[in-house]
Amino acid sequence: MADKPSDLVQGTLDMLILKTLALEPMHGYGIAVRLEQMSHGVFRVNAGSLFVAFQRLQRAGLIKGEWKATENSRRAKYYALTEQGRKQLNSETREWGRQVAAIARILEAS
Amino acid sequence: MSFLRSMASGLQSIFRKKQARRELDEELNGFLEMAAEEKMKGGLTRKDALRAVRLERGSLEVSKEEVRSAGWESFLETCWQDLRYAARQLRANLLVAAAAILSLALGIGANTAIFQLIDAVRLRTLPVNHPQEIAKIAIDHRGSASGSFSSRYPDLTFAMWEQIRKQQQGFSKVFAWGPTVFNIAPGGEVHNAQGLWVSGEFFETLGVQPALGRLLGPADDQPACGSAAVAISYSFWQREFGGERFVLDRTLTINRHAFRIVGVAPADFTGVEVGRYFDVAAPLCGEPLVNGEYSQRKSRSGWWLSVMGRRKPGWSIERAAAQLRAISPGLFEATLPPEFNPSNAKHFLQYKLGAFAADSGLSDLRQDYEKPLWLLLGLAGLVLLIASANLANLMLARASTREREIGVRLALGAGRGRLIRQLLAESLLLALIGAGLGALLARSLGQVLVASLSTPHDPLFIDLGMDWRMLGFTVGLAVLTCILFGLAPALRSANVAPGIVLKECTRGTTAGRSRFGLRRVLVVSQIALSLTLLVGALLFARSLNNLAGLDAGFRQDGVLVADVDFTPLRIPKEARIAFSDNLLQRVRAIPGVETAALASIVPLSGDGIGHDILWGETGEPEGDAPVAAFNIVSPGYFDTLRTKILSGRDFDDHDTLASPNVAIVNEQFAHKFAKGANPVGLKFRVRSLQTTRLYEIIGLVRNTKYSDLREDFPSIVYTAKAQYLTPGTDAQILVRSHAGLVGLTAAIKSTAEAVNPNMDISFSALRTTIEEGLLRDRLMARLSGFFAILAVLLAVVGLYGVMSYMVAQRRNEIAIRMALGAAPASIVKLVMQESGTLLLVGLVIGAAIALAGGRAATAMLFGLNPGDPLTLGAALIGLSVVAALASLLPARRASRNDPMLALRDE
Repeated sequence: MADKPSDLVQGTLDMLILKTLALEPMHGYGIAVRLEQMSHGVFRVNAGSLFVAFQRLQRAGLIKGEWKATENSRRAKYYALTEQGRKQLNSETREWGRQVAAIARILEAS
Repeated sequence: MSFLRSMASGLQSIFRKKQARRELDEELNGFLEMAAEEKMKGGLTRKDALRAVRLERGSLEVSKEEVRSAGWESFLETCWQDLRYAARQLRANLLVAAAAILSLALGIGANTAIFQLIDAVRLRTLPVNHPQEIAKIAIDHRGSASGSFSSRYPDLTFAMWEQIRKQQQGFSKVFAWGPTVFNIAPGGEVHNAQGLWVSGEFFETLGVQPALGRLLGPADDQPACGSAAVAISYSFWQREFGGERFVLDRTLTINRHAFRIVGVAPADFTGVEVGRYFDVAAPLCGEPLVNGEYSQRKSRSGWWLSVMGRRKPGWSIERAAAQLRAISPGLFEATLPPEFNPSNAKHFLQYKLGAFAADSGLSDLRQDYEKPLWLLLGLAGLVLLIASANLANLMLARASTREREIGVRLALGAGRGRLIRQLLAESLLLALIGAGLGALLARSLGQVLVASLSTPHDPLFIDLGMDWRMLGFTVGLAVLTCILFGLAPALRSANVAPGIVLKECTRGTTAGRSRFGLRRVLVVSQIALSLTLLVGALLFARSLNNLAGLDAGFRQDGVLVADVDFTPLRIPKEARIAFSDNLLQRVRAIPGVETAALASIVPLSGDGIGHDILWGETGEPEGDAPVAAFNIVSPGYFDTLRTKILSGRDFDDHDTLASPNVAIVNEQFAHKFAKGANPVGLKFRVRSLQTTRLYEIIGLVRNTKYSDLREDFPSIVYTAKAQYLTPGTDAQILVRSHAGLVGLTAAIKSTAEAVNPNMDISFSALRTTIEEGLLRDRLMARLSGFFAILAVLLAVVGLYGVMSYMVAQRRNEIAIRMALGAAPASIVKLVMQESGTLLLVGLVIGAAIALAGGRAATAMLFGLNPGDPLTLGAALIGLSVVAALASLLPARRASRNDPMLALRDE
């Protein structure tokens, strides 16, 4: 199981992107790699879904993008959390925690 | 906020499409490059790395499409693409598209035009402030009433109006009004204008503001009527005075009495009557002046007014009605006409007033035309359904030729939703263009309709302005038709299984058999509906024919009615009979005049007189006395109208005021009162409001129609003009002549002028007057006929299309049959059998619908019932013949095919 990338739980991609950006602004590929690293290779996101999510988050005003040079002196769009995005991340993390705990309780009950 | 941002960014990407695309390209490219570089670090070649990335992360193009289609703006964009694609498709099939648009435009146009009329006559409210507060006050269920009636709304008498004004409480203001016709010519031939008698509160209550000068107020409507002011309508101002300001204080003569113009009403105010207009509004106090001895205002039994009012806040219609009911006994006691006999008075005192909502105004058109209009809308709806079925057929044919293309596109990963949208776009475009043209067409059609209902004697004005209801109706029709003819084909073709379609690439003998079913259903329903319309049209045509060809008991052709009004001459009562007699003699002497006679009632003109008949010389009847219709005529009347005298004699010069009263009766009268015996020599009494007179019957004439062609022959009593006690100041001369109409009217005019130039004369042809009474029947016959022709045409085109399609589909099968020795005749038979089945099923269903739906038309038909077998038979045969011809063409084409050619094609 661990060596094969699995699909994300529906609706969690936005939250995970926000989380990766909580530390520092990052470009698209950086975010994809970070997601993979942090999940120990469980989540592999394809470019399409990732960029759709960027568009969505930008339009919702949770992240904003800026073109900058990379360390390999290549131009890339760096995404950063906005204030609103930070708030959203906090509330979503809390909500997620609540839900996971609840699901765990149900699963352990039997 | 985020919604706005999404809007803004979406709009940005529409307007800065190129830049947005470039950015996305660069970003995605960078992403894939970086991923590839990472792989190359692991030792892969660049090519292998890029391939691995594509496998892992998805290809550049797919990702781009994914991102682009995620935003809402892409939806708009693809819609626009779909529409453009659809427009190209239509342009490529210009002829087909034009036919489709034309049939839709006709269907939608006809529906919209009729709805327009319904909207104007029935649904719209009056163009005044707070129309919902306006209500009408009238006697609840009046039933029969005695007295003299004038105007289209003879609801109440002047005495009643005065009492209502004094005693009512539920209305903040009330007003009385009555439509009439004013002769505004200073002399000579009559020049009629549409007039209104209004009480001083009329404009005030409705809240109408003047366009120029001032409108009439309570000060203008005082018993003395010193100032004698009138207000004119905007259109009259434009028409007669060219919209000049100097019109104020100018003099307008009404029946030769001078009135002063004080103001002009606003352009959108045409009165409280829907479908009519007014030219001149005069105060009620001027009525005795204009009408002289015929004044309705002075008479207690003159019914000529309609009363309306504005409800006080907090007073519902019911509450206002209850108050009116409460004051009724006293009110009718106080207004009882003194001349009434006990039986009339008893009936009169039982009247109760009521209040009725009038927010959409009053209209006698509503009563006459509402039902026919709804019926016509139904018929027009059927035509539109048939047109939609044709288009659906067309779309299905188009879809089946594109089946492969769609299969390929589905196999390549096109979304079904997107494909359906694209197919629907074509239908929507057709529907919208059709609706647009239809709306344009509806305007002219509506005007033609109104013009065809309008006559010189009874001019109509119907405001056919566009309003939200109309707009909604047209757009709704467009969308509905689009769904009707576009959705099923679109769903069907997007639902093909690509694998099967691609395998079916060669035309198999049974290709499309399953998908052919829907088209058959469509054709069957087209035939059924067009049969229904055809039956309806034939019914109305035959009904009109029955009415027009009806024997009314007299000859309608060649009779001119000259109405000579000698009121201005102020001839005393005693001399009037001699005066009109002299006039008659002079008219008889005009060369070309065969016969001429005077009559107080011109048959079928809508006028009438009724009196109670007391049979025998003495005795009172039990209960209500029977009533007969009356006409007061000079000698020669029956000869002029060519009504046969069956027994006895005509009036002659010996019947005078000095001799005993004599009467001529018709067959129906004899049947009813004399129980079929020859009535000549028998006696009866006539009870009118004031007197009871004894008459002796001297003649029996054939039955004639009296007020309406549709009525059963009524009992009619003719009395002698020479014995008439209260002769009026006008003479209606019926002239039968073989001379031309123009020369005759000129001759009569100069004859009258020779007697005295100060008389008013108007002319009408008897035939025209009677035909005007058949306006509604003619409208129904013409429109339903038009719809039926359209429907049959569309259905036949549909049948032809389906049969041609079937022949093309079965080309191989037919070729094989012929190659194996089938004769051309048997191929024709094969095709005809197929179409015959469709026709038969359609006809059976259509006949059932026609029989069931025909009941709605029963009341509008004359002399036949909706299930008339002859009509149904004619429609069945007619439609069958046309349909057979339409399928014979493809059948013959199939039989002439060279089988070798078809088979080689395979």
